[in-house]
Amino acid sequence: MPTTFASQSVQGAAATGVFSLSWLLIALPLFGAAVLILGGRRTDRFGHLLGTAMPAASFVIGLVQFFALLGRDAEDRAVSQHLYSWISVGSFQVDAGLLVDQLSMCFVLLITGVGTLIHIYSIGYMAHDTERRRFFGYLNLFVAAMLLLVLADSYLVLYVGWEGVGLASYLLIGFWNHVPEYAAAAKKAFVANRVGDFGLSVAIMIMFWQLGTVSFAGVFGAADRASEAALTAIGLMLLLAACGKSAQFPLQSWLGDAMAGPTPVSALIHAATMVTAGVYLIIRSAPVFEGAPDAQLVVVIVGAITLLFGAIIGTAKDDIKKALAASTMSQIGYMILAAGLGPVGYAFAIFHLLTHGFFKAGMFLGAGSVMHGMNDQVDMRRFGGLSSVMKVTWFTFLLGWLAIIGFPGLSGFWSKDKIIEAAFVGDGWRPWVFGIAALIGAGVTAFYMTRLFLMTFHGERRWTEDVHPHESPAVMTVPLVVLAIGSAFLGLLLGPTGAIQHWLEPVVGSHGEQTTALPVSVLTTLTVLLVAVGIGLAWSMYLRRPVPATAPVGTALTRAARRDLYQDAVNESLLMRPGQYLTRSLVYFDNRGVDGAVNGVAALIGGTSGRFRRLQTGFVRSYALSMLVGAAVLVGIMLLVGV
Amino acid sequence: MNPMNYVYLSALLFSIGAAGVLLRRNAIVVFMSVELMLNATNLTFVAFARMHGNLDGQVIAFFVMVVAAAEVVVGLAIIMTIFRARRSASVDGANLLKY
Amino acid sequence: MTDFPWLSTLAAIPLVGSVAVAALPKGRDLLAKQLALAISLVVLVVTVLMSLQFDPDAKAMFQFSEVHPWIPQFGVSYALGVDGIALVLIALAAVLTPVCILASWHDVDDTRRSVKGYFALLLLLETFMVGVFAATDVFLFYILFEAMLVPMYFIIGSYGGAQRSYAAVKFLLYSLFGGLLMLAAVIGLFVVSDGGEKAFLFQNMLNLDFTPATEKLLFVGFFTAFAIKAPLWPVHTWLPDAAAEAPPGGAVLLVGVLDKVGTFGMLRFCLPLFPDASRWATPVVITLCVIGVIYGALLAIGQTDMKRLIAYTSISHFGFIALGIFAMTTQGQSGSTLYMVNHGFSTAALFLIVGFLISRRGSRLIADYGGVQRVAPMLAGTFLVAGLSSLALPGLSTFVSEFLVLVGTFTRYQAAAIIATGGIILASIYILLMYQRTMTGQPTEGTRLLRDLTAREAWVVAPLLAVIIGLGFYPKPVLDVINPAVERTMQQIGQTDPKPVVPVAEGTRK
Repeated sequence: MPTTFASQSVQGAAATGVFSLSWLLIALPLFGAAVLILGGRRTDRFGHLLGTAMPAASFVIGLVQFFALLGRDAEDRAVSQHLYSWISVGSFQVDAGLLVDQLSMCFVLLITGVGTLIHIYSIGYMAHDTERRRFFGYLNLFVAAMLLLVLADSYLVLYVGWEGVGLASYLLIGFWNHVPEYAAAAKKAFVANRVGDFGLSVAIMIMFWQLGTVSFAGVFGAADRASEAALTAIGLMLLLAACGKSAQFPLQSWLGDAMAGPTPVSALIHAATMVTAGVYLIIRSAPVFEGAPDAQLVVVIVGAITLLFGAIIGTAKDDIKKALAASTMSQIGYMILAAGLGPVGYAFAIFHLLTHGFFKAGMFLGAGSVMHGMNDQVDMRRFGGLSSVMKVTWFTFLLGWLAIIGFPGLSGFWSKDKIIEAAFVGDGWRPWVFGIAALIGAGVTAFYMTRLFLMTFHGERRWTEDVHPHESPAVMTVPLVVLAIGSAFLGLLLGPTGAIQHWLEPVVGSHGEQTTALPVSVLTTLTVLLVAVGIGLAWSMYLRRPVPATAPVGTALTRAARRDLYQDAVNESLLMRPGQYLTRSLVYFDNRGVDGAVNGVAALIGGTSGRFRRLQTGFVRSYALSMLVGAAVLVGIMLLVGV
Repeated sequence: MNPMNYVYLSALLFSIGAAGVLLRRNAIVVFMSVELMLNATNLTFVAFARMHGNLDGQVIAFFVMVVAAAEVVVGLAIIMTIFRARRSASVDGANLLKY
Repeated sequence: MTDFPWLSTLAAIPLVGSVAVAALPKGRDLLAKQLALAISLVVLVVTVLMSLQFDPDAKAMFQFSEVHPWIPQFGVSYALGVDGIALVLIALAAVLTPVCILASWHDVDDTRRSVKGYFALLLLLETFMVGVFAATDVFLFYILFEAMLVPMYFIIGSYGGAQRSYAAVKFLLYSLFGGLLMLAAVIGLFVVSDGGEKAFLFQNMLNLDFTPATEKLLFVGFFTAFAIKAPLWPVHTWLPDAAAEAPPGGAVLLVGVLDKVGTFGMLRFCLPLFPDASRWATPVVITLCVIGVIYGALLAIGQTDMKRLIAYTSISHFGFIALGIFAMTTQGQSGSTLYMVNHGFSTAALFLIVGFLISRRGSRLIADYGGVQRVAPMLAGTFLVAGLSSLALPGLSTFVSEFLVLVGTFTRYQAAAIIATGGIILASIYILLMYQRTMTGQPTEGTRLLRDLTAREAWVVAPLLAVIIGLGFYPKPVLDVINPAVERTMQQIGQTDPKPVVPVAEGTRK
């Protein structure tokens, strides 16, 4: 596999001009968060406006930087900004530094662009919530942390952003934490993420132990001299981190519950940006994975498992948000799979990530718009026939739906099909296993997305008595329209022109012409065919036949999928129950065992003293006798020893 | 005269005193037995001082006398108080200071 | 100003203040509180002034040194001095004392004990805390090490909760037992030393000629005392009782500062005085630390009492601190020292906020709370930040220290570091579980009418959280003070950091 890396580019030129403002990208939303969270009710009046203005300002700076980068040569497009020395102990030197390059620029634009749209949408969506200001504060905090994550120039700074987004996600999932289940969901998400963070921690430690540095430039510069075992260990640990953040198998169970958060949160954090951080991490660490083919294989396997896992779960969910969450999981599975394929897949993973950011965010916001009109109901079996009352929502959702299933010409077609093609590249068994998994995934995706679309917008009206669906206000529909346009044309803009590949090439490397196990034309045809089958099946099941208002029992597989393929049950029986048992028995052991030993010694001493106390009879003459006997014994001993 | 005889005498007196302390119940008699023991040791000190030609023993004998005198003052006062309180001077009767 | 006896002044001010507060007439409680607060603030100002004169890169081991003969027959001197490690811990004590005094404003009003007595004891404790970190004479250190127990014993025993006398006696006996072993070792040190007039000076105690067996025995004597003080597993059981029963201000000083004397002692005395024995004991100590990290965290998850829960988290954190010290790398030891400071602030914030909560509802049990976030958002918010600092969220100061400890340990003991890293997962469970149970959900019958933080309480918490966040993003000022001292310690024990397995090429390293 001919691979060329321009690893020097990661170091980047010193920041000048507009790039010396990189820190503002992060500082602005952080400032917004600080004002809104610390300011209290005083900021209620303008909180949402300030909260929206901050990411918008970051977006403007990002755009300016993007055009500045476009004006440069491809080799000079990495700019690093050194802020200050953060941690410096012995040889462990970590600077707070930012790196703007082609890869991070993609993310900056996605995060601030889609983020701003979602902020605007939230103004309408959260209008009736008394705590809207706090909501915007958390959203700003999220944007700041996410930007830090993608702009960091070392793994440790990335880690700050990494856990920062975890915190923001925790706060936002639990935004309505007066509902106990939501609070539990927030905690579950954080703990699952922490398991991933454990991986990132250990990966960073291995880097320092083996390579003596944790900066991107240092690690990538030394990666080719490190042993394969070390790189494999780092790679697997990074993968664990990615699994936690991106809800990949086996740490995926939190994402479904995370839908407890307000819908804009699901759109921004649990669809468009945060959950894709794992993909970013793997692609950013490309030089590490290039030296560790075993780790790459595991990445691909995890991606393939998750994309099928999520797709299967998606087919059975009746909760519109959970169905979309399952779909997110599956789509990120595609990205992870592509990221594991090496240079042949990197660009397409990012490409799919961008297009997915648009169409999934659009669909989530569409779902939010539907909920807005339906008294916050989420059960699709109580929807139906909404296309006539919510025209804008319906149309934007339609575009999103066509994009995700890979309808020829729309965004998903360009990005996902490329991943399927890439999965078919290679020799031996791999292209067949992974390629076919990706193909099947595409078919299932078409099925469950069509099911979701038809159950919500078409068919008979199965509404409950008290709902009066209506279209959402303009402040919510405008972002929908913008995202829908992106869903439709972003792929066309970047895909067939090869723009995304050329743009990312200096960071992720290039690859020559690859031969796929099956000809590309055959693959495209197969994909379209499978998608058509999926649509047809969903059409016949959910449009031609009436949808019952309560879910039928279904087959064993359906029931399993409804329960997330028993992921929670497995976690509970393997981790939670034994953990609780262990904790409880340790508490008992600590009280009775460890502390018991201490108290036991005390009791022993006390008891012995009690016995000896009895010798004090109070009779003067017995004391005198013991004195005499003692003196006699002493004298006797002295005589015997002869002192 | 062999000075050792004084030592034998003091040993005899000490034993009588010790037996008195151990066997008698009346506090006054016990007290007198204690005095007997003290004086027996005094005798030993003086005898040894004479034997070794060293004045230390005689000096200590004076100390013992002073202490004994002080002790008598305090001790008799205590015994008197006990007798007044309990109408008895038996040492076995006064065992309040036990565990 | 270099000859000014900074450290004696620093120790004397609260001592004089303590006497003054105790001597106030009865019934002038408010005046006693104000006077105590003013004095502790003066101490803080003097500490700041002193710290400004501190030169981290000075050649001398100790700065602001004062040496006066005390009992020359036994080689005992009155000797004070600080290096970077001691300085930051004195600063910690100087910051936490006024915070605790302000936080305890009404805590003892309802007890039948003397109110001024409580504040006099807090000030007395501050004297000993400053002294114990500043002592550079081993015997003086021992005296102050034991003297600290006295005010703390009365704080717990007189002003504590329902089980206070059990807790106070347990605390005292446990500590005295360790102290006794240490006394034996101190005497042993004197026997081995040259026995001169300044035999007990720290500098003169370095590089003594031991037989290996003696060195090990003396090490064990010192280490046991410090392990009980810290406390390490399995001699930790006094801490949950003492911390849970002590009034919140006392608990903060106990866990936040007093216990640091244990880990400080390991770093200052155990390692440099007995380098060979320390290396000999390292495998055992590392194992104990790792067990402590996981064990403390698991027990914290299982607690039903908030203050005991925080105490168990501290046991887990002390495992980290000792782990970093015995990893014998600069990252580990600097991390541990920073950890001592950060843990002081973070636990202080947790204990005090929980104390505020308890003072409102009158119960320490988690089950008695729920939905506090709806009625008292500031209280819940500050509690969450304090909790996040306890679980070492990046961006907060505890993360820097915890990561330094782990990375420093990893370069030598990979397995230990990986297991200890598992502690971060457990940390998220115990903190968020407590948050979930107390703060989220619908307000319960007992919490519906809870007041949010008052202005005084907000002033207590704000500086702590500001320090936690500030040091998280910019720990350099503290690290710059600590690093030279740690490097000197590394020289004294004859250790160097392991080199990276793959050398970094010239030019790519920054």
